[in-house]
Amino acid sequence: MARSVWKGPFVDGYLLKKAEEARATGRKDIIRTWSRRSTILPQFVGLTFGVYNGRKFLPVLVNENMVGHKFGEFSPTRVFHGHAGDKRARRG
Amino acid sequence: MARIAGVNIPTNKRVEISLTYIHGIGRTKARQIRETVGLPAEKRVSQLSDAEVIRIREVIDQSYVVEGDLRREVAMNIKRLMDLGTYRGLRHRRGLPVRGQRTHTNARTRKGPARPIAGKKK
Repeated sequence: MARSVWKGPFVDGYLLKKAEEARATGRKDIIRTWSRRSTILPQFVGLTFGVYNGRKFLPVLVNENMVGHKFGEFSPTRVFHGHAGDKRARRG
Repeated sequence: MARIAGVNIPTNKRVEISLTYIHGIGRTKARQIRETVGLPAEKRVSQLSDAEVIRIREVIDQSYVVEGDLRREVAMNIKRLMDLGTYRGLRHRRGLPVRGQRTHTNARTRKGPARPIAGKKK
């Protein structure tokens, strides 16, 4: 079920603060975050976030199409190399 | 024979049922259409007057996305997910279930017929 509209989008407070700061001081380096659950807001467009996937921070450059999605969607947490002897799967 | 929304030629069934042969129209929308046009439920497509057929066409054109346009819209939405590099896009690309279902067993709708694994017998 979709989230109620009256609640507004969910964003971790500290992330919002950091993003505003980055925008105020001009675009600079990537903002590292563990907050995969946060919604991408319109004011994040153009910023780069390092989204943690359990191992490392994957850089995500936010564009306007990504608004409304969650950060976690852009940072896969699993690596699948295919099964042994399976010719179809690409091994990485 | 009535031609509504492009190629669709429903038969001598009741209007509400025939309309569901159009991609993007199910029972609910079919009933809504029948009601806005103001037809009795028992009316069959073969008994429709030309004016009524035209009315139905107008209602569908105005209020619903149907057939080719709908298919295009859906394909665009999926393409958008794939281009954006989201997890859901990735699942679409791989042809696996998108909404977190298990894939250990089942998921045959997305994965297609089972492929035998070499050397797996007891």
